[in-house]
Amino acid sequence: MQKRMLVSTRKGLFELGRGRNGWVVKDTSFLGDNVTLALHDARDGTDYAALNHGHFGIKLHRRDKGKKTWVEIATPKYPEKPEGLVDNDGWGKPVTWSTQLIWALETGGPRQKGVLWAGTMPGGLFRSSDRGETWQLMESLWRHPDRNKWLGGGADLPGIHSICVDPRDANTIRVAISCGGVWRSEDGGQSWAQSAHGMKFDNGPKSEAESPDAQDPHMMVQCAGAPSKFWVQHHAGIFKSVDDAKTWTEVKAAPSSFGFGVVVHPKDPDTAWFVPGIKDEKRIPVDGKLVVTRTRDGGRTFKSLKKGLPQKHAYDVIFRHALAIDDSGKQLAMGSTTGNVWVSGDQGDSWALVSSTLPQVYALRFA
Amino acid sequence: MAKVHFTSNLRRHVDCPSVEVQALNVAEALAQAFARNERLKTYVLDDQGHLRKHMRILVDGAAIKDLRSFNDAVQPGSEIWVMQALSGG
Repeated sequence: MQKRMLVSTRKGLFELGRGRNGWVVKDTSFLGDNVTLALHDARDGTDYAALNHGHFGIKLHRRDKGKKTWVEIATPKYPEKPEGLVDNDGWGKPVTWSTQLIWALETGGPRQKGVLWAGTMPGGLFRSSDRGETWQLMESLWRHPDRNKWLGGGADLPGIHSICVDPRDANTIRVAISCGGVWRSEDGGQSWAQSAHGMKFDNGPKSEAESPDAQDPHMMVQCAGAPSKFWVQHHAGIFKSVDDAKTWTEVKAAPSSFGFGVVVHPKDPDTAWFVPGIKDEKRIPVDGKLVVTRTRDGGRTFKSLKKGLPQKHAYDVIFRHALAIDDSGKQLAMGSTTGNVWVSGDQGDSWALVSSTLPQVYALRFA
Repeated sequence: MAKVHFTSNLRRHVDCPSVEVQALNVAEALAQAFARNERLKTYVLDDQGHLRKHMRILVDGAAIKDLRSFNDAVQPGSEIWVMQALSGG
């Protein structure tokens, strides 16, 4: 079981370690700065951290295995926008050709040493083959005419927040976009096809509600041990796919199917976890009670897990990257908008509070 | 020689001491300042080479007007400040 965790927060990166008496904060980096996402590359032991310096822009830092210091590396950069090009999003508003947020950061395949993927707002997917020294925009996706149908959901611009590199073939990549559906490439990113068929919103005109390009998957995960199986926490509910993310079917959970994060067991595709909240216009736990929902039967039934979680006046929201599962499938962790971090060593049956005083948690990952 | 100054807020993130430049306009002055440290440019300009939102450049106390090409004139002895608001919470 993994013994380290990277917690990205509004005011720094916190490293948690598991000792005899449970998880504790072991180290901090970038204190005071806005760390939006971190990645541990198990292939070579490198850590990466994405920062948003507000007016100074988005930056990426790297820390080599065993080192104490971080080094700033290149940030994914958009090409020069052609003069006179009209490039609007689905709202009809101009798309900014400048990295606004690194919203997804993943490693390439196990044999692609040094390959990284970065998803960004305003919707560009970038690939690095040299540990982030340089980045290449996936022009094929960026120049796809359907990109102009994408639109910002809660943010001003569309963004790629989920990247699934297929464990069977690292040239098969799927990305999820808020809002732009799910896109699939089977040739290393040279060509792309929409892959959100079956997802739908529960209101609005049918043509829009069921348009794959309008879909708002909040988070997408792929089961490592059964990679044809996927789960998506969508803006309008929970969806699953059993056919390589080609088609999706809706699943209902109580007390709510609304949420941001989802994790799937690394070996059992039928076991997945969610953190429900009152749907979009409120985004708080139902009745002020924070629970995690778990299915063990592919979404036919869900169990509401609450042991160790606050059941009175709890208004924690777990952002999409702030619910995590470790490689063993036994440990889960989550961090909240109010700076709470909980861990579970029994697949969510019970939870222990690690800290209630961290800054707002954007992302959390076992490392 | 004109001089380009950066704020302490920016110096916290990237090496950018004040530098003397020989420049006829702000674009030339910035290019010489950025030549010292290529990372500095990414903190001041966005991907399209435009001044980042909420940043300002002052020449001898007056805000420059050309925010795309930075053609505002610089005199020998001019003091150029790269300033910013701060965001966060």
